[in-house]
Amino acid sequence: MARTLIHLPPTVRRGDVIDVRAMIAHPMETGFRADSNGQVLPRDIITRFECRLDDAPVFAADLFAAISANPMIAFTLRAERSGTLHFEWEGDHGFRQRESRPLVVE
Amino acid sequence: MSALTRRELFLAGAAVTLAPVARAAEPALEEAIRAWAGSTVPRDGRVTLEVSPLVDNGNVVPLTVRVQSPMTPADHVREIVVFNQRNPKRDVIRATLTPLSGRAEVSTRIRLATSQRLVALARMSDGSVWQHAVDVVVTLAACIEG
Repeated sequence: MARTLIHLPPTVRRGDVIDVRAMIAHPMETGFRADSNGQVLPRDIITRFECRLDDAPVFAADLFAAISANPMIAFTLRAERSGTLHFEWEGDHGFRQRESRPLVVE
Repeated sequence: MSALTRRELFLAGAAVTLAPVARAAEPALEEAIRAWAGSTVPRDGRVTLEVSPLVDNGNVVPLTVRVQSPMTPADHVREIVVFNQRNPKRDVIRATLTPLSGRAEVSTRIRLATSQRLVALARMSDGSVWQHAVDVVVTLAACIEG
């Protein structure tokens, strides 16, 4: 399991547009670099990130080798109701990680 | 060995040196944009690509794309993408937004192999496409090629 860091504001009022920041520990090896023996290091990147509120898609992104190591994705969400935020990362070699956080709208 | 003349050896060496150039079939920036936008011609405006014009470290370049949009079900940004000019691949990120996004805004951190042009584009729910290009100078390149 890779380490993740999900940042949400501490309190959320109905109708607020909040900032959501999701980070995950991952090398994002590009597939264009060589090791000290001249062997090309195989590509190992996260290719997909998704965020849903319960079943409703909020935000998704296809990521490429140009994204820095330990990818950080920040986006916004209009908080109309409470629910569970689901975060999912997918990548090369069957990489997959899911996290969830409660969204409590006051 | 004696079968090879000096000229043949020179040409063989040249062929090896040129091989990586011949391999680079990656499309140019304009082609990548055309492939994504289809028949729609991108217009300047509505999109703001925020990135420092002078980058010290190409490994971690903070970048934000903002698009002017009410983000209602009737009128919102469907997609925000960023392309680059001189990394090994043209794609950087392709984000899908929804009316639940509230604002049309995406931030991330990217790698830049060298000084180059970045283009952010947005596709609206009415099908129109908007763009903003920024030229970035990179002093320390990302070690993308080793």
